[in-house]
Amino acid sequence: MAKPMSRVSEAQLIPISFTLNGRLQEIEVQPHELLLDVVRERLGLTGAKRSCDVEVCGACTLLVDGRPVSACTTLAFEVRGRSVLTIEGLAENGKLHPLQQAFIEHGGFQCGFCTPGMILAAKALLDENPDPSEAELKHFMHGNICRCTGYKKIIESIMAAAKTMRSVG
Amino acid sequence: MLRRFRLEEPESVSEVSELLGRFGDSAKIYAGGTELLLAMKEGLVQYERLIDVKKLRCKDVTLENGALSIGALCTHRELETSEVIKEKLPALAKLEHNVANVRVRQVGTIGGNLCFAEPHADPGTLLIALGAKMIAEKSSAQREIPAEEFFVDAFETALEPDEVLTKIVVPVPGPTGRSAYLKFGYLERPSVGVGVAFNLNGQVSSMRIAVGCAGPAPRRVQDAEALLEGKSREEAERNLAQAGALAGRAAQAITDLHGSQDYKEHIVGVLLKRAFLSALS
Repeated sequence: MAKPMSRVSEAQLIPISFTLNGRLQEIEVQPHELLLDVVRERLGLTGAKRSCDVEVCGACTLLVDGRPVSACTTLAFEVRGRSVLTIEGLAENGKLHPLQQAFIEHGGFQCGFCTPGMILAAKALLDENPDPSEAELKHFMHGNICRCTGYKKIIESIMAAAKTMRSVG
Repeated sequence: MLRRFRLEEPESVSEVSELLGRFGDSAKIYAGGTELLLAMKEGLVQYERLIDVKKLRCKDVTLENGALSIGALCTHRELETSEVIKEKLPALAKLEHNVANVRVRQVGTIGGNLCFAEPHADPGTLLIALGAKMIAEKSSAQREIPAEEFFVDAFETALEPDEVLTKIVVPVPGPTGRSAYLKFGYLERPSVGVGVAFNLNGQVSSMRIAVGCAGPAPRRVQDAEALLEGKSREEAERNLAQAGALAGRAAQAITDLHGSQDYKEHIVGVLLKRAFLSALS
């Protein structure tokens, strides 16, 4: 526990260690630093996007211990001891994840701004529920917004990836 | 952008209470942060200290003496997936399944949701209908606050400045118990929410109705309950329109981006009817 009487004007540094895309990171953060800023500005991974900034759109989605969070509204110290996955960590040894491959094959994106969040949210869904119904998929993904109106292709992409993942998994 | 603040990470309720007492309005309890951090980023509120309460042991869901005790630090996700909640309080499990989106449910806590008292929140309304009690603690004392007395106004609860909400106790409905919560809105947050709970054993008894989201705080509507209490199912269904009109007025609906006052009052009536019928089915 931090010393309660320490002055507000002094910078409080919290040492945190966590894994980012499988690699151990040890950094110090201030309490008010947001996970999205740390990942984008300090660690140089710009796949997650700042868009609505109010946990509605999903463009900043990251997976923390496999579950989706809004990095725009997550304090960075919260990932202490946890595992963070960004879109940059999804492909393995140069081979795209089935979700990434399916989004390409099925035209699951237009401008691409929402895509990292879409794919990470979909990964969390499929890891939990490998064979979702379309209704389950829509309920899970309803907090990820595409403003190119590409939902049909996105749903097709995720369903196709689910099928691929079931066949190999 | 968030302004700089200091973080405290106490491990007991008495430490939290002591910190709240010592730092007063310059400190705020922080749990999931899904509401608080938004308000801080917007600059609507500012605190020198956040008191992270996630080290407190307030995450259990237990069945005790015919009631479910829900730890205030349970996330919406934990409640929507809890087997005991799904079995004993299916209306609450369904409500939690539909709170905001999957990311908010992952980190947002039931206690944070209730204490922040954002008017367009779901759980408080159903908890009032279910006759829940909020357990508030501080260093030396613990007390129960009925859910219907917990919400004082928008963003204002009955908690004292150094009190901490530690759990929510919800009576488990008996075999004849029915309950439902329905909401409607076209923005991210609901415009109107209606919760009902009652027993049906030849006639309607222990009827409780609550409305939320439309006005500053969720409210129980006893006038509307009286129109259904003691009635046969058919009589109660006939009285739903009148009960809905009373509930609409009791909602203290305000005209804003979520709809006009008239519109919200109308929707309260529609949702009350649908909630009652869906609780029967």
